[in-house]
Amino acid sequence: MTRHFMQELDELQQQLLDMAGLVEAGIHGSVQAVTERDEAPADEVFANETRINQLEISIDEGVTRLFVQNPVASDLRLLRAIGKMNTDLERMGDMAVNIAERAITLISQPQVKPRIDIPQMASLTEFMVRSSIDSFVKRDVDLANGVLASDDAVDDLRDAVYRELMEFMQQEPAAVPASVSLMFVARNLERIADHATNIAEDALFFIQGVDVRHNRRHVPR
Amino acid sequence: MSQEGRVHSSRVTPSESVEEKKADVPAPKKLSTENLDFYYGTFQALQNINLYFRENHITALIGPSGCGKSTFLRTLNRMHETVKGTRLTGQILLDGRDILKEDVNAVRLKVGMVFQRSNPFPKSIFENVAYGLRVNGFQGGKAAIHAVVEKSLVKAALWEEVKDKLHESAFGLSGGQQQRLCIARALAVEPEVLLLDEPCSALDPIATAKIEDLLFGLKSETTIVIVTHNMQQAARVSDFTGFFLLGKMIEFNTTNVIFQNPVKKETEDYVTGRFG
Repeated sequence: MTRHFMQELDELQQQLLDMAGLVEAGIHGSVQAVTERDEAPADEVFANETRINQLEISIDEGVTRLFVQNPVASDLRLLRAIGKMNTDLERMGDMAVNIAERAITLISQPQVKPRIDIPQMASLTEFMVRSSIDSFVKRDVDLANGVLASDDAVDDLRDAVYRELMEFMQQEPAAVPASVSLMFVARNLERIADHATNIAEDALFFIQGVDVRHNRRHVPR
Repeated sequence: MSQEGRVHSSRVTPSESVEEKKADVPAPKKLSTENLDFYYGTFQALQNINLYFRENHITALIGPSGCGKSTFLRTLNRMHETVKGTRLTGQILLDGRDILKEDVNAVRLKVGMVFQRSNPFPKSIFENVAYGLRVNGFQGGKAAIHAVVEKSLVKAALWEEVKDKLHESAFGLSGGQQQRLCIARALAVEPEVLLLDEPCSALDPIATAKIEDLLFGLKSETTIVIVTHNMQQAARVSDFTGFFLLGKMIEFNTTNVIFQNPVKKETEDYVTGRFG
């Protein structure tokens, strides 16, 4: 490939990392708005969403431009990974916005006590997001596999939050609106973790050329 | 079986069927080389090439200029013997028999070749195709020869374009048509293996596409080996790809693997254009 191609590919990776940084900050800010009942980080999440959307479009355009040049081997796998990660990151950004919106609602409602597992869920989810992106940046197979192994733990935490909130709603009907909002927060965190898993799978395909989606291990032949 | 069980099994089946397909018995090795070394005088152009070509599949040979891929191709029907001062050691097996020990004319009937530049004879379109039959002592009358010429031109996807001017000079055809005529000429003797040395390098994209379509059509009855400088062409048409560098066969694998996830760094560097 030409030097120009490689330069564009580098720029595309940089854009993706900028986007990942914004998404990570968005997830952190939205959870902070929930746990600290603070509107300021939520407002920042809303402000960043436009930039994330712009980057999504710009990265898609770049991927299309480079695919036209018939990339092969690691260039091909890298471009495919960038295209798919781009979609996942944009969805994660949307979910951070969903959480931030719930935070605004929650701030206006009486505080619900039982949300012990939400910070824990958020912490694990943020760790998965960071590790998935790091696995791509550092071409680190172990980090990517670690993300895949963590997904079930997030699912379990979400189930625990649901159970706890269901019991709480039965005892305190007045707390139903806030509890439902917290359930949405848990739901969005779990979905973010799923997208982090997708990114780790894309990173593995890029690094090793192995497709590990849906509990299989497929090597293109 | 429970409803749940059915759902479960329907999820599992597709991936299993993919596995089964992969486990299919591979096509036999039609042509292969064993420990093949080749010299131009004292210069060793090919070093210990062990390679095989599966029956009814297309194999592409790629590599930078001077890597030996065309030299290698020429050994496969002993065309190297037309160059003075060359020497070859090792074996070239066609259906398990060493072609170096067979009659060279018989070998070239079974292993046909098409070159980079189309080289029609200064004869009519018809005679270009019929020529090979005649010199090989084809036992048949005019009608039989005509039938073979038509069949060959149809296979080479040229018939419709030339059927009304079969007795005009082949030089009146376009470059792409001349190349397909050369393929028709090679096909007339029904070779079991067809070797093509950069057959599209002088052709425009439309003529190239016609040749590529033609190769897809031919592989059900012929084993095809194509040398190409065009990486996209190798990726498009071939089932297997071999990468040559400095007279050595660096990597041989399915075309998917070579262009998606090559094993050797040299292959990766070459196919991605980072070579040198």
